[in-house]
Amino acid sequence: MELLLAITIGLLYAAGIYMVLRRSLVKLIIGIMLIGNGVNFLIFLLGRITKGSTPIIPANSDTFLEAYSDPVPQALILTAIVISFGLQAFAIVLIKRVYKVVNTDDIDELSHNEYEDTL
Amino acid sequence: MTQLIFLPILLQACIAVLLLFFFGKVKIQKVISIAGSTVNLVVTGLLFYTVWVDGSMAIQAGNWQAPFGITFVADTMAVTMVLLTAIVGFAISVFSAFTIADGRIRFGYFPVFHFLMMGLCGSFLTGDVFNLYVWFEITIITSFVLLTLGNEKKQLEGAIKYFALNMLASLIFLTALGILYGLTGTLNMADLSGKMAALENRGLVNVCALFFFIGFGIKAALFPMHFWLPDSYHTPPTAVTAIFAGLLTKVAVYALIRIFTLVFIPDVFFNKVFVVIAAFTILSGGIGSLVQNNIRKVFSYLIICHIGYMIMGLGLFTKVALAGMMFYLIHDIIIKTNLFLMSGIIIKIKGTSDIRKLGDIYNDYPKIALLFAISLFSVIGIPPLSGFWPKISLIWGGIEKSNYLSVGMILFGSFITLMAVARIWSKVFWKSAKVTKPREAFLYFDKLPKTRRFWILFPVGFLSVVTLYIGFGAESINLVASRIADELINVDSYIELVLGK
Repeated sequence: MELLLAITIGLLYAAGIYMVLRRSLVKLIIGIMLIGNGVNFLIFLLGRITKGSTPIIPANSDTFLEAYSDPVPQALILTAIVISFGLQAFAIVLIKRVYKVVNTDDIDELSHNEYEDTL
Repeated sequence: MTQLIFLPILLQACIAVLLLFFFGKVKIQKVISIAGSTVNLVVTGLLFYTVWVDGSMAIQAGNWQAPFGITFVADTMAVTMVLLTAIVGFAISVFSAFTIADGRIRFGYFPVFHFLMMGLCGSFLTGDVFNLYVWFEITIITSFVLLTLGNEKKQLEGAIKYFALNMLASLIFLTALGILYGLTGTLNMADLSGKMAALENRGLVNVCALFFFIGFGIKAALFPMHFWLPDSYHTPPTAVTAIFAGLLTKVAVYALIRIFTLVFIPDVFFNKVFVVIAAFTILSGGIGSLVQNNIRKVFSYLIICHIGYMIMGLGLFTKVALAGMMFYLIHDIIIKTNLFLMSGIIIKIKGTSDIRKLGDIYNDYPKIALLFAISLFSVIGIPPLSGFWPKISLIWGGIEKSNYLSVGMILFGSFITLMAVARIWSKVFWKSAKVTKPREAFLYFDKLPKTRRFWILFPVGFLSVVTLYIGFGAESINLVASRIADELINVDSYIELVLGK
C-alpha cells in the first residue's frame, strides 16, 4: 500500500509540475490542482497508514489498548482540501475573467507595461 | 492577562464582520475602518507594553495542553510585528479612505482589507506550524481579492502571476509540513525544536528545511524566485500595493526567521546558502531598480534588494547580526509602505508613474517634496536616519564572522540604493516635466479640496514621523532588536513558556 501511494504521489507531482510549466492558463490551474492532491496524499502517507480502530481510549482504561490510526493527518488533509477548494474556485473565476478581458489563454501574451495608472 | 494575545486578531475579525453589515455603504465603511484601526493601534500598543514589561506570554486555544492543542505565543518579536502591522494598517486605512475609488469600496474593499490584517496578526502570533499555514492562506486569498478588485486588464494580468507563484509556494510549504509531521509527529513549534534536534536522519531534515526555505523564499521574493513581485505589485491601486510592500513580503521573512531559528538551527551549509542567496537578492533587486522607468516598479525592485539584507542577517547568525536584521525589518516595514504611499501621491499629482513623463514636483510642491525626502534619505541610510543603524549592526556581524562577502554586499547594496533614489530624485523631483495632455476623468491633486489633500498627505506624514523616531530614537529600537535577537538565539525560554516545563 505504501509503495503504491508513493508512486501515485510521485506521478501526481510530476504531472502537476509538467502542467504548471505549460503556457496555457487552464493547464496552469490543472497543474496546481494535481500538485495539491499530491500534497494531500503525501501528508496521508507520512502520517503512517495504520489499519486500526478509532483513536478513542475506552472509559475503563488510561492508554490505547490496540493499534489506532493517527487522526491528526486526516484533520490536516481536510483543512488543506477545504482551503485549496476555495482557492481553486477563485482561480477558475480569475482565468475566466482574464480570458474575457485579454482574449488569450497564453501566459506569454500577458504583458502590461504601458498602461495608464490607477490610484 | 494572557487573553490579550487574541485581542488583535479578534478585533480585526470583528471590524471586518461589522463592515460586512454595511456592505455598499461607502461613508460608514470608511468611518468604521479608520476608527477600528485606531482602536487596534491602542490594543496592540497595550499588548506590546504588557509583553515588554512582563515578558513573553503564551495561551493554549481551547485549553488543550501544549503539544496537542494550538498555541498562540506573544514573544517580543511577534508583538513587535503586530504593533508594526497596526501602525501600517492605520496609515493605509486613512489613505484608502481618501484615495480608493467608491466603486471598489462598494464591492467590499474594507472588509477584505481587515480580514487581511487579521491573517497577518494571526501568522505573527501563532506557535503552531500548521496554524501558520492556515493564516498564510487567509492572507493569500484576501490579497488575491484586493489585487483583482476593480477588474482592470493590467490588474488581472498581474494577478495571474501573483496567484500562480503564491499558490505554488503554499503547496511547497504544505509539502514541507507533511514531511515535518512524518518525521516528528508534532506541529507545535516549541515541541518541534527539541524533537528536530534529536533526529538521526539528517538528510531528510535538510530536505524538509529546504522545502520550507523555497516555500517562504517565493513569498519573500528571494533571488531566483523574485520575478513575480515587480510584475504584479504595480498593478493594483497604490494603497493595496503599500500593504503588500510593507507587510506581505515581510510576513514571509518573519516565517523564515521563526522557522530557521526555532525549528531548524542553521548549520554551516545553510548559513552559506542564506548569505549567497542574500547577496544575489541584493544584486538582482538593486540592478533591476536602476533600469525601470515606472516609479512603482523601481520601488518594487528596491523591496527585493532590501529583503536581501534581512536574509543576510539570518545567514550570519550572530547576536549582533540578528539584532541588525530585526532593526532592519522594523525600519523596512514602515519605509516601504511609505514609499508606495508616496508613489500614489506622485501619481495623483501628475497622473502618471512613468519617470520619463514625470518631473517638477520640487518646483510645484516644495513642502511635499521635503516630506518625501525624509523617507527617501532613510531608505539609503544617510546617518542620523533609520536605514543607517541596522546596517552598522549587520556589517559588524559580518566582520565578527569574518564573512567579507556579506560586508561587501551590504555596502554595495546601499550604494545601488543611493543610485536608484538619486535617479528618482533628479528625474521625478528636479527635472522639468514635458507638457502632456491631461488625462480625462482623472481627479488631479491640485483640483482636490484642501481637507482631502491634507488627509491624503496625513498617512505619509505619520509614517515619516515614525521613521524619524526610528532614526533619532535608534537607541530604544536597538534595545527591542537586541532583546529579540537574544530570544532568537536562546530558544529555551520560548520552549519553556509554551510547554510549561
